[in-house]
Amino acid sequence: MLWEIDIYPAAGQPDLVARSIASDAPDLGLPDFHLKHARGYLIEGGFSQDQVEEIASRLFADSIVEKTVIGQVGDRDFLANNGDSATLVHVLPKPGVTDAVAESASLAMTELGFPPEAVRTFNKYWISDLSDEEIDVLCEKLLANESIEEIRRGGLSMEQLGHGQAYDFVLQSVAIRNASDEQLKEINRAGQLSLNLVELQTIQQHYRELHRDPTDIELESIAQTWSEHCSHKTLAGRIDYTDENGTMIFDNMLKETIFQSTVDLQEEFGEANWCVSVFKDNAGIVQFDDRFNIAFKVETHNRPSAIEPYGGANTGIGGVIRDTLGTGMGAKPICNTDVFCFADPNTSADQVPDGVLHPRRVMKGVVSGVRDYGNRMGIPTVNGAIYFDDRYIGNPLVFCGNVGILPKDKSFKAPRPGDMIVTIGGRTGRDGIHGATFSSETLNTDSEKLSGGAVQIGNAITEKMVADVLLQARDLDLYTAVTDCGAGGFSSAVGEMGEEIGAEVWLEKAPLKYEGLTYTEIWISEAQERMVVSVPLDNVERLIALCESEGVHADVIGKFEPTGNLVLKYNGIQVGEVSMKFLHDGRPPVVRKATYQPAALQPLSKSSADFSIDLQKILSSLNVASKEWVIRQYDHEVQAGSVIKPLVGVANDGPSDAAVIRPRLDSRRGVVIACGMNPYFGDFDTYHMAASGIDEALRNCVAVGADPDRIAVLDNFCWGNTDRPEMLGSLTRAALACRDYAKAFKTPFISGKDSLKNEFVDTRNQNQRIAIPATLLISAMGQVNSVDHCVSMDLKESGSHLFQLGMTQNEMGGCHWSIVSGASGGQVPRVDAKAAKWLYGKLHQAIENQLVLACHDLSEGGLAVCVAEMSFAGGLGAEIQIDGIEIKGEQSLDEEPVDLDLIRLFSESNSRFVCEVASEQVEAFVSLFDSGQITEIGRVSSGKNLIIRSGDRELVSTAFDELKQAWQRPLDW
Amino acid sequence: MATPKALIVRAPGTNCDEETQFAFELAGSAAKVIHINRLLENPVLGEDYQILCIPGGFSYGDDIAAGRIFANQFQLFLQDLIHDFKERGKLVLGICNGFQVLIKSGALFGSTEPEATLTWNESGKYDDRWVDLSVTNEHCVFLKGLETMYLPIAHAEGRFVPRSEEQLSRLQTAGQLPLRYSDGSGSDHQLGFPANPNGSIANVAGMCDPSGRLFGMMPHPERFIDRTQHPHWTRKRDLVVGDGLAIFSNAVKYFG
Repeated sequence: MLWEIDIYPAAGQPDLVARSIASDAPDLGLPDFHLKHARGYLIEGGFSQDQVEEIASRLFADSIVEKTVIGQVGDRDFLANNGDSATLVHVLPKPGVTDAVAESASLAMTELGFPPEAVRTFNKYWISDLSDEEIDVLCEKLLANESIEEIRRGGLSMEQLGHGQAYDFVLQSVAIRNASDEQLKEINRAGQLSLNLVELQTIQQHYRELHRDPTDIELESIAQTWSEHCSHKTLAGRIDYTDENGTMIFDNMLKETIFQSTVDLQEEFGEANWCVSVFKDNAGIVQFDDRFNIAFKVETHNRPSAIEPYGGANTGIGGVIRDTLGTGMGAKPICNTDVFCFADPNTSADQVPDGVLHPRRVMKGVVSGVRDYGNRMGIPTVNGAIYFDDRYIGNPLVFCGNVGILPKDKSFKAPRPGDMIVTIGGRTGRDGIHGATFSSETLNTDSEKLSGGAVQIGNAITEKMVADVLLQARDLDLYTAVTDCGAGGFSSAVGEMGEEIGAEVWLEKAPLKYEGLTYTEIWISEAQERMVVSVPLDNVERLIALCESEGVHADVIGKFEPTGNLVLKYNGIQVGEVSMKFLHDGRPPVVRKATYQPAALQPLSKSSADFSIDLQKILSSLNVASKEWVIRQYDHEVQAGSVIKPLVGVANDGPSDAAVIRPRLDSRRGVVIACGMNPYFGDFDTYHMAASGIDEALRNCVAVGADPDRIAVLDNFCWGNTDRPEMLGSLTRAALACRDYAKAFKTPFISGKDSLKNEFVDTRNQNQRIAIPATLLISAMGQVNSVDHCVSMDLKESGSHLFQLGMTQNEMGGCHWSIVSGASGGQVPRVDAKAAKWLYGKLHQAIENQLVLACHDLSEGGLAVCVAEMSFAGGLGAEIQIDGIEIKGEQSLDEEPVDLDLIRLFSESNSRFVCEVASEQVEAFVSLFDSGQITEIGRVSSGKNLIIRSGDRELVSTAFDELKQAWQRPLDW
Repeated sequence: MATPKALIVRAPGTNCDEETQFAFELAGSAAKVIHINRLLENPVLGEDYQILCIPGGFSYGDDIAAGRIFANQFQLFLQDLIHDFKERGKLVLGICNGFQVLIKSGALFGSTEPEATLTWNESGKYDDRWVDLSVTNEHCVFLKGLETMYLPIAHAEGRFVPRSEEQLSRLQTAGQLPLRYSDGSGSDHQLGFPANPNGSIANVAGMCDPSGRLFGMMPHPERFIDRTQHPHWTRKRDLVVGDGLAIFSNAVKYFG
């Protein structure tokens, strides 16, 4: 029997779901309407009405705040709605999509003594005052996402819940030996393999030599391993790069630029080398203290998030957490980071291309996805940023990062021949098939329909349970190696772990979510929350017992056999055999041309009329505006290590430069997390964009107290289609800057990841292409000796002195003043690493000596925004005099001289800070710096205004409350 | 002073167990974390302990409703253990998710009928923020000697709703609602957001059983033990110790 339980808010209780949907509906251009929501459960099992009522009252509904309707599916009671003539719509997860609540409900019902055959959740909506077409819009755009959910109008009528269908084994092979190039391309397309023709021909040749055709699973294994997502073939490939300085030829571009700079630095550090494992493992590892190392990884999850923002972001953060869990012998996750890029959330509905979700919905979905996963895992989300640019409309970017801590002697892994292959955690389903190959394709209008299988919903609690047992097993030395099941599923995890040994896998042993998966689907499924460990035979029983003691699945699915081959079996029948050598080294090199022509310098097109208004406009611009709405939805304090929070100041709402956490409760040592990114600078020159990103990430760390000699960085390149030489050229140029500045700052890159081909092709609009701006995220992980010396950015005391550190130049190109003023041209900010490195050392000394009350870096909006933020965060006024600030590198390029005060206020020259210093410390503070690097700019006041003057000229005089409102209003949802 | 033993019970999704253990130890108790499955296998295991604590987190994902499934496990399988703690003068503390578990298991009520619940924040979303709290009587063991506290909340389902107006006054009279969100003015009006961060009726932030020895609170005392956890510590260099430690110290002192 199939029972239904509908749960409504009780009389007098708010209908929160309906209220939230109503607040989002105006984006869709819908008229006012009325909505009523119920959540519900479908329960299959031989229960009586009384039993279901008992189950409902003891488990599903809260009698104080909720009321229920209970019956068998199809009962007329479910169609009653107080006599209103509303349209009834049900939204259910599609079969196979993770339904975590249903899984938990099933377990809880069993404990109650009523084991069900199956449970499924749904949402139910009563909609009034909309036409049929409008209801369709509401359903498709807001109530459901058809890549994972189904919409049913009217009452439910099914008789049972879907169970998988039995699978009849048939061994499939793919006839490629005699295929023409056209046929190869068809095989590639039909199988969603995302291989190029040269690769297909290489595989064809390999199998000709073997005198047989590949089985489907062999072809899939090769496609997964060779995918851009798993092998980074473009950036690690041969690139002929030409720019204004001539041509450079790289055999492996990443290796010769970014990796090489780390290799060089490690050599330079010599005995004092503090890098532990770089660009090898799932995350980069550096030393932390005498007993522990720390690991950091940032991943992108762009394409899934474009199609299903909640699930995409959810599994994005889940995936990167598994990266650190699978680093070394397993690191304990200690904090998350998230950085997003969206189009303007205020975009009108008719400006959104077909096949693309509205940016506000993308943003809300992504934030909820990160929130629900990170919070449930008990990992504080401490740092992030959001950038807005309309070029992200078809390709929103979602960067998820995770830092982990691990004992020094657990930092390396080595599976041994004869070890058993054990999978821990989630069951395998048909979800996420072809994620690795899908993420290597360009999105288009139909992506949503074609690629639904690549979109998933995570279950954070399953992953938390895995983490709980895995770290215990690590400390009991029960396994020799661990890695996560990410893109490519078992195929990638086992393929990578067994690369040096060989492996045999028994696919029927993998625990499944439901029947019906083919052996190939089991092999390449990207179902979430799975880890793979290699376990000496003697430890297998103990490991499985440990997992079972906390309700975690663990199953032996194969063995690392020293054959050099990957052997795949299903119920004893061999379904595939590929040599590890061909799998990992057989891919033909990708050879690409890359070109870059820097744009000619243009004079700044405009000057300012009213600095006060400009300042407020910048504060209200989406990139600068407060992200408090996002930050407060994240638990940024769980694990109790929070030292410098994302929001600081007297009212806990000022923008911190970086987060500081204390990962060991019994130690004072801290980890500092910050990021830097500026896609606008990339429109001028990606070299200076990358340099600025690195500088920003570092200065954010230094501003809160990080030791500038102990900062490691990560790169995440998100670019347009790098098949085009100019796209690849702008990327290569950025990588060259990474090499140069990492070395100059002595700041090693320890890990990175790229996402190429971020272009949206609007097939319903003359194939219009929208490429994202060149986007390089630099994430920095610094360290502080004692968190007790850390500094926050809010002004502390009236009467104290304000200093600007660093050099201001006529660098108005790509700055936020230009953006809000509609100005173009100007010199893009550059970085003088030598001067900056010196300054950071001195500032660090000042902070360590506790000479600094507050410190804030100058970034978007320059000095004006910096002091405004310090003022309203501290709830104190300031009187600033800026005519003492020298402008370096005078402005020959501008036809008419630019107002120097405009530059002083809004230039985004790098490597600058404002410091607040108590009167009695001024002398000690000033004596640390060279005169060219420091300018006293004013005092903190007890007044309510921020006043900025240049000589007698009053540039800004505004109440800081007003500035704060301008800054808080835009994203105060 | 004798060292009381604290048992911290974690379930799948519990995530504040380590810092809660640290706080109990700092306060002078011997604290141990165990998985609920160990207690379900062998409920008498818990009888060795003087303090039982259910820490924060998302037990069983907070699927269905926050704390519901974990609460049912206490109700179905650990009634004897709870009874042992109630009858033998021991202490039970539920923090955040632990409070949700305690209230939904019925352990805090004097009757079998649910007297109150914790449900979705009025804002409809998860919220992490620091709040001012006032202690309205000294009936509760954990709040002895305290008047005000400043602690963080981090939850989505913390709105306290009593079954009825009459029930609310009964609980107030019995001293079972000793911890309230406050705006510092000392008034007992229903406060708005953000002083009352979730819309709790009568600004209730914590509830105890009639004995005052079983106590649940939404704010996280284990997150304010060290001075550097306070959001204004860089503004108040003279801060020494966190307000939250007193909750754990009171538990230890009770056995002193």
